Amino acid sequence: MSPELIFSIILCVAVFAISLGIAAYATWGERKFAAVLQDRVGPNRAGPFGLLQPLADGIKMFMKEEMIPNQSNKWLFILGPCFFMLTSLMVSVVIPWGSDVTIDGITYALQITDINIGILYIFGVVSMGIYGIMIGGWASNNKYSLLGALRASSQMISYEIAMGLSIIALVMVTGTLSLREISAQQDLGLANIVYQPLGFLIFMVCAFAEANRAPFDLAECESELIGGYHTEYSSMKLGLYLFAEYINMFVSSALMATLYFGGYNFPFQHEIADALGLSANLLSIIQVLVFFGKITLFILFFMWVRWTLPRFRYDQLMSLGWKVLLPLALANIFITGLVMFFLGKLK
Amino acid sequence: MPLTNRSKTVTVRELTLSERLYLPAIFKGMLITISHLFKRKPTVKYPEVQREMAPVYRGQHVLKRDEAGAERCTACGLCAVACPAEAITMEAAERKKGEENLYREEKYASIYEINMLRCIFCGLCEEACPKEAIFLTDRIVPSSFTRGEEVFGKDKLVEPADARVDVTRRQTSEVLEFKQDKKHYHNRTFLDKAPRQHRAH
Repeated sequence: MSPELIFSIILCVAVFAISLGIAAYATWGERKFAAVLQDRVGPNRAGPFGLLQPLADGIKMFMKEEMIPNQSNKWLFILGPCFFMLTSLMVSVVIPWGSDVTIDGITYALQITDINIGILYIFGVVSMGIYGIMIGGWASNNKYSLLGALRASSQMISYEIAMGLSIIALVMVTGTLSLREISAQQDLGLANIVYQPLGFLIFMVCAFAEANRAPFDLAECESELIGGYHTEYSSMKLGLYLFAEYINMFVSSALMATLYFGGYNFPFQHEIADALGLSANLLSIIQVLVFFGKITLFILFFMWVRWTLPRFRYDQLMSLGWKVLLPLALANIFITGLVMFFLGKLK
Repeated sequence: MPLTNRSKTVTVRELTLSERLYLPAIFKGMLITISHLFKRKPTVKYPEVQREMAPVYRGQHVLKRDEAGAERCTACGLCAVACPAEAITMEAAERKKGEENLYREEKYASIYEINMLRCIFCGLCEEACPKEAIFLTDRIVPSSFTRGEEVFGKDKLVEPADARVDVTRRQTSEVLEFKQDKKHYHNRTFLDKAPRQHRAH
């Protein structure tokens, strides 16, 4: 095996483990953060500060009775959560976690694969994610599940358009679809948020909707639909659905950081590295840490929003998507094009 | 004509653009929630930290011993009669020779049980007791996994001779004054023997 292959296998396993680990601790963080915002203490019994809580939750999920409804389509019922989990994990393949590391004279990129259509790939995978919810909701043979699945799919379709349009404006500015190049450009210039503030806002709102997070979590609206698409699920299949939501959150945080907030770069990184005499490898490691710091901040922001805003009504959700975000995204493209034209940046 | 001056005219109007964007309202709400990050939490982390009980708090019962360490209870059954929840049962037994240091009087309770699931912690047993044997304390009844464990026998109710349970807070000044009455001499410790010998004549 070539060293490149070995390195990418190691990276694959590491990214997989880190995604799962972060998702696990996001559940803990969510409970803790919610508790703090509500003047409570939150989980504090399992281990110091309740840090073993995700482990306890995992054990609980595995020990629960596994129920598959009699009238359900058994295979699709099992496939649903697997598919949802799979698609949410697949996105992290194209995310650049840091710049290069050099070991024994060979330079490795801290990215599993750098495909030149990275953004398109992400869109493809994310829009496939809805199949997990749709299949699960439909196969449950339960009207609440079906309603949840329907809501989820129409919500995804509505918000994907605005999300795509907000990305088009970004692609116009950067001129590339590769996430690695977008990150590298932000090393040389300013972070994209400076050029695309409105685009970022639209992208973020859509990311909330795509990740099925509050205030857009109508697909699992407890007050109306019991659990929505996962009403009939129990044990670890339910766990997979809930867990995948956190992985989605992690991945969309990573995306937002990469696309708009400089990715793994941090201000004056080369000056600081020169001043302290850091080697390139060490700088890369610090960059990875900075990137994860940004992701953590975004995840906290997701939680902060969840514990502030009430859930949207369904018609409000639709009118926000179609009547506000879509026109805004179109206007954003237009303004971006206009500004680029007058600055002579059109290629 | 308006009945009060507090009435408001409500109009149905289209939301303005900023309201339809929700952003200003969202921003306001997020500031409110994040401000709670810096607030003191009122939670008392119970088993490690315990709140101070009110002096009149009625918690787990204790069967008192007298100063010499003998059980005060004579199994008269008044507490069981007084109990509105019928939580108390007992069985009496006669004191044998040589057990004088264990039991204060000739009769004692060989079995004394309080069902903590039935008990309503009203304190009537304490009021009914002529021997100052039973008191409610500021201890919280520990929880358990089975119902059977919640029937407390003498092993849990009688205070250990070397680890007395303080009930002075249950004995208000009025109670202590009341005890000065001659009728209650029998409840005094037998260290001041005079009144008891007087009664024997």
